[in-house]
Amino acid sequence: MITRTSVKGGEYYDSVTLLEVAQGLLALDGVEDAAVVMGTPANKGILADAELLTSEAEAASADDLVIAVKAVDAAIAGAALEEAERLLKASRESGGSGSGLEQPPKTMAAAIQRLEGANMVLISVAGRYAGAVAREALSHDQHVFLFSDNVSVAEEVALKQTAREKGLLVMGPDAGTAIINGIALGFANAVPRGPVGVVAASGTGLQAVVSYMARLNVGITQAIGTGGRDLKSAVGGIMMLEGLKALQADPDTQVLLLVSKPPAPEVAEKVLAQLQASDKPAVICFLGGNPQAVRSAGGIPARTLEEAAVLAAAIAQGQNEEDALGNLRNKDASLRVRAASLKRVLQEEQVYFRGLFSGGTFCYETQLILKDLTGNVWSNAPVDKALRMADSNHSVEHAAVDLGEDEFTVGRLHPMLDPTLRNRRIIQEARDPQTAVIFLDVVLGFGVHPDPAGAAAGAVREARAVASAEGREVLFVASVCGTADDPQDLGKQEARLEDAGVLVVSTNAAATRLAGYILS
Amino acid sequence: MAIQDLFGQPLKAVNIGLEDFAESLHSQGADVVHVDWRPPLEGYVELTRTQDGIDIETANAEAVERIRKGRPLLVGMGIARELIPGMGARMILHAGPPITWERMCGPTRGAIMGAIVYEGWADTYEAAAELAASGEVAFDPCHHHHTVGPMAGIVSPSMPVFVIRNETFGNLTYATQNEGLGRVLRYGAYGDDVLERLRWMETDLYPALQRALEVTGPIDLRSIIAQALHMGDEVHNRNRAATSLLFRQLVPAVIQTSSTEAAEKVLRFIDSNDHFFLNLSMPAVKSMLEVAEGIAGSTLVTVMARNGTDFGIRVAALPDRWFTAPAPIVQGLWLPGYSEEDANPDIGDSSITETGGVGGFAMASAPAIVRFVGGTAALALSVTQEMYEITAGEHEFFTAPVLNFRGTPLGIDVRKVMATGILPFINTGIAHKKPGIGMVGAGLVRAPRKCFEDAFAALLENLI
Repeated sequence: MITRTSVKGGEYYDSVTLLEVAQGLLALDGVEDAAVVMGTPANKGILADAELLTSEAEAASADDLVIAVKAVDAAIAGAALEEAERLLKASRESGGSGSGLEQPPKTMAAAIQRLEGANMVLISVAGRYAGAVAREALSHDQHVFLFSDNVSVAEEVALKQTAREKGLLVMGPDAGTAIINGIALGFANAVPRGPVGVVAASGTGLQAVVSYMARLNVGITQAIGTGGRDLKSAVGGIMMLEGLKALQADPDTQVLLLVSKPPAPEVAEKVLAQLQASDKPAVICFLGGNPQAVRSAGGIPARTLEEAAVLAAAIAQGQNEEDALGNLRNKDASLRVRAASLKRVLQEEQVYFRGLFSGGTFCYETQLILKDLTGNVWSNAPVDKALRMADSNHSVEHAAVDLGEDEFTVGRLHPMLDPTLRNRRIIQEARDPQTAVIFLDVVLGFGVHPDPAGAAAGAVREARAVASAEGREVLFVASVCGTADDPQDLGKQEARLEDAGVLVVSTNAAATRLAGYILS
Repeated sequence: MAIQDLFGQPLKAVNIGLEDFAESLHSQGADVVHVDWRPPLEGYVELTRTQDGIDIETANAEAVERIRKGRPLLVGMGIARELIPGMGARMILHAGPPITWERMCGPTRGAIMGAIVYEGWADTYEAAAELAASGEVAFDPCHHHHTVGPMAGIVSPSMPVFVIRNETFGNLTYATQNEGLGRVLRYGAYGDDVLERLRWMETDLYPALQRALEVTGPIDLRSIIAQALHMGDEVHNRNRAATSLLFRQLVPAVIQTSSTEAAEKVLRFIDSNDHFFLNLSMPAVKSMLEVAEGIAGSTLVTVMARNGTDFGIRVAALPDRWFTAPAPIVQGLWLPGYSEEDANPDIGDSSITETGGVGGFAMASAPAIVRFVGGTAALALSVTQEMYEITAGEHEFFTAPVLNFRGTPLGIDVRKVMATGILPFINTGIAHKKPGIGMVGAGLVRAPRKCFEDAFAALLENLI
């Protein structure tokens, strides 16, 4: 085995192009491993872990492009490096077809000049540049959707303060989702327009509530994402508050819906105090938070994303909230019945839950629900810090693994885009004789994998075969977050999972309870 | 402005980063423009005002205005030692930033050896090399003497030079006569054939042209360049139209002032060399750019030049400094029998054309050039459009018909290069790395980022 690298000074390509080129190299015969990355310290760490860090790569700067190949011999390694050059060149040329008269603008200023009435800038460049790009957007009086992560808290605060002064949105950093004026930004679902205005500090939380409401034929005015850190004390909930105020002032918004992990106490107080500013009913889903504080501020507390959607939809349709919650309880009773018959296939030593999540908020919600049913759940993104997994790559006892966490995504696409890692993990969990339930979230929408259920179904079939060869049956439970209008089509995606023998439940909370009832 | 105002408007988005997000918006029917973004260069910060309170934008606008107003005329000819300011009796001028004999590349050394024998300072090329290494001959950049030279850019005291006067400001610039293609001194070729041609150019061509110019009077080079840009030239690597336009003006005057035999030889020489006008476009653009040198607070580039070892730039606000980096290898089309292996790094003062908003910056006007330098016609269009992103203004007289007669991009702003990561684009000839061989191809190259990073750091240090 031989490792070869080439360093190209001052070459910049976006991360997706680089990942595609790396995949192209991995497809070559005789190539064991390959990486095509910018020479940042973080990326050098990845190269070192993969034993791809040569002294040449070590010396590269953050502005250099590093191509690293591990191959069976020097000839193949050399050919792979040449192939990388070819692929990189082709990626540049693809945009250059046509007459050449219609050029994409190279700067934000040129793009804003070209697009008359531009009002939103979507930013998904590498984190170290993202803050400056966002500042530039604000200086052009543009609202900002900041998908990039690795933006410092100080930078986030500065951006949001500027935005607040100018009356602009800064959604993010690390904002996965928003729906503005009926247009989905980032990973988002196709949902109808309607009376509910959403502000969420959680990408998948936002996707979940708007999708669940869409199934109840209730649409939204806006769904504003704030980024996950907005409600921490350092940021102070600036965008949650500004978003809330905007929806309070928006004549089309009749019902408010806020979604977040529990905010810092003083931030929660400010947000709840702001509710008083209008008499629009407000459903508040602070996952794991104190419902009493919400109630005394005049809000309607929801314990789960499902409850939040059902309550907001009921209010929007003029139905009784208690009836809506009663319906949920009825459904829950049927889950218990279903669980009782399902658990019979499990053998005595099959006692553990293994959740493999692509959505961070689903992972969080599942831990909250499951701990009351099965006891402690370990996680790499634990609700209870004492329950942090020792090794994210190896599940012990009940475990909920968020595959969207940094340790899995550095140098790789997010699991909502690339299911490879989760598929491998599904099979790994099925080999464990103590695994009873493998639990999945499948997220649909714009921007994500074109057939996530199909991708998971393949792995599920293989995992079932693995377990069956060892004389066991493992139960697969999943929920699909999406709508019938999504490009992937909710109904078709659910059917794909069911065909593979997965128990599909309509929401993450309900699916978690089914798993919990099976195990308790 | 308030956030809720957004809710009543159609969403119109600019996407920077993952292109998939733009496609997603597009598929939802939203108006979206994707930016072909690249990160800023290392060390970039916002720079708008100098310590003395000069607004940089205003200083750059002033610089652009001066360059735009320039009107270069070919006013006469003469001998280098008599005309070029500061030209010493034992001095040889070369292209690019300053360099010692030890660090000079093959073509520059070859051309200097040829020039030393041409001047009669040595009898053999071996002796010439020894003399050059001895320190007895002074070397200095053309740019330090209001002069520019293509490729090796060698100007020795006895060589005849064109004199260009920028009519608007009165400044004078100089360049030698172009020798044609093949084995020529500027590509580092030396030998009896090369020197014989140089001597003929001194004894026959120069006097004939000088006599003709007395009849024609000053020839308006700005006008010729402006017309040539509408005839498929960009006046760096394509000078066919400009040479023809010049030829039309010269023919009657040459015939009038030379014997039939001499006139035929002179006119055939010019006619057979599509690059004849290059040695006029270069000093013409140089004369336009010079007047921006020294404008306080201006971050515009006034020189980009290469000596085959280093690439150097100069900036208006710091007129005496060079910011250099290793000269890059040019990617291009190779003459039969040659390849990248044979190529010398980028060389010549001819990138003065790009610095002044023509050459590669005007490639949209010269799509046919891609047959010479490589690339596609679409590339020729895209290059010019890209250069608008790093320039402070546009030419008034030099325009691109295909871009609806938009002025070509003028005035490279170091700040914009830093902010956008877009490096100036140059199209250029390629010399063999060994002295004495000559041209091996032509191609495309971008100026090295380090020049701009260093220049920007120096601007920060001196202006702030």
